[in-house]
Amino acid sequence: MTDSGATPRQIYDPVSETPSSYVREAPGIQPPLDFPEYKSTALRHPKQPLIYLPQNITELTGPALGSLAPVGDLDNDLTRQHGGAPIGERTVVFGRVLDTEGKPLRNTMVEIWQANASGRYRHRWDRFPAPLDPNFSGAGRAITDDEGRYRFVTIKPGPYPWGNHYNAWRPAHIHFSLLGRAFTQRLVTQMYFPGDPLFRYDPIFNSIPDAAARKRLVSRFSIQDTEPDWALAYEFDIYLRGPGATPFEEAL
Amino acid sequence: MIFPSTAGQTVGPYFAIGLPWSEGSHAVAPGTAGAITLRGVIYDGAGKPIPDFLLETWQADPAGRFADLHGHGGPSEIVGFRGFARVGHEDGDGSFELLTVKPGPLATASGTIAAPHIDVSLFARGLLHRCVTRFYFADEEAANAVDPVLATVSPERRETLLAKPAEGGYEIDIHLQGPEETVFFAL
Ligand SMILES: [Fe+2]
Repeated sequence: MTDSGATPRQIYDPVSETPSSYVREAPGIQPPLDFPEYKSTALRHPKQPLIYLPQNITELTGPALGSLAPVGDLDNDLTRQHGGAPIGERTVVFGRVLDTEGKPLRNTMVEIWQANASGRYRHRWDRFPAPLDPNFSGAGRAITDDEGRYRFVTIKPGPYPWGNHYNAWRPAHIHFSLLGRAFTQRLVTQMYFPGDPLFRYDPIFNSIPDAAARKRLVSRFSIQDTEPDWALAYEFDIYLRGPGATPFEEAL
Repeated sequence: MIFPSTAGQTVGPYFAIGLPWSEGSHAVAPGTAGAITLRGVIYDGAGKPIPDFLLETWQADPAGRFADLHGHGGPSEIVGFRGFARVGHEDGDGSFELLTVKPGPLATASGTIAAPHIDVSLFARGLLHRCVTRFYFADEEAANAVDPVLATVSPERRETLLAKPAEGGYEIDIHLQGPEETVFFAL
């Protein structure tokens, strides 16, 4: 616990799939941390300017999650985690995890959590007086396949009220968490459903400055992927930051 | 073709349904030789501990090896080394505690030597995307003095990144705002 005597290791030869840097994001894509319309940001956003962090080996690597938290057979089917079937619109949510060059991210974990069909989370902080569903926990995880694909079976979550302002309602959404393969690629986001009338009133959705970036959080209904006599289907592709244009462009 | 990346959104108040794992706070297996606890409290702009947050850490082992997908540097000699911890509380007292080992120094792309550090992501309701910071170690004075990232931080604020030796390991608090506001990074 005193000064380390260890010899520093060199940057390892990047294996084929590990870039030497990841692209910085274009302005307007990520929401600002200070967004007064979303009241909880007031006391939680850093006020000092962020300091530019060069990307080195700690930022270019990330956890291999399959071994940390093994994914079970039923983890991607939120409709079969209990004795009975949950109430609601049975829905397939599927898509690909890609980098910004369009290359699939294989073997990466996708975690989701959501409200039930009536808009209630199985969480003790959720006091929305809508029924809990004994057959629905609302959490799932999946590992992407060789083409970066993931697939969940769930029920469509309901919209729910929250305390941000008078008559505030969140559009129906599913929370997504992605680890990608590098610390730099880590992403937590929310997937929405097309045509939701609540979009224009939701400060969280509208915190993203760029309209096209907002639209990319809205899943696409896919008639081809519905399961006849069984489930509707929505497609949601996720793009994590890809390789930077110039190796070592971030060098100090 | 280059695609724009997907926007982030807040983790919200209900992440505890899906994200915390049992043993998530163990970046190394309990009983590992040289294991340390790293603990602290996370404060908001009113100086109040934040009851709901998800904290993730990522780091090398003492020999500079990572437990990543590609096994950079070869497998760690520490059995069960994960290098990754995830601590989530939905209704806590603002404190976090994780079990890890102190990482070793690392060479950077520009030929400098990075002092031992842990990368940190903080997610919470009210954070529209993650806040990124680093934990350095206050007792690595020589290494910290030449660290290229610390060099870009003003001396008054550098303190906020230094974990101080404490019983069984180190302590470091995170302040989202205020006079002791933690240094956060743009990645
Ligand atoms: Fe939600």
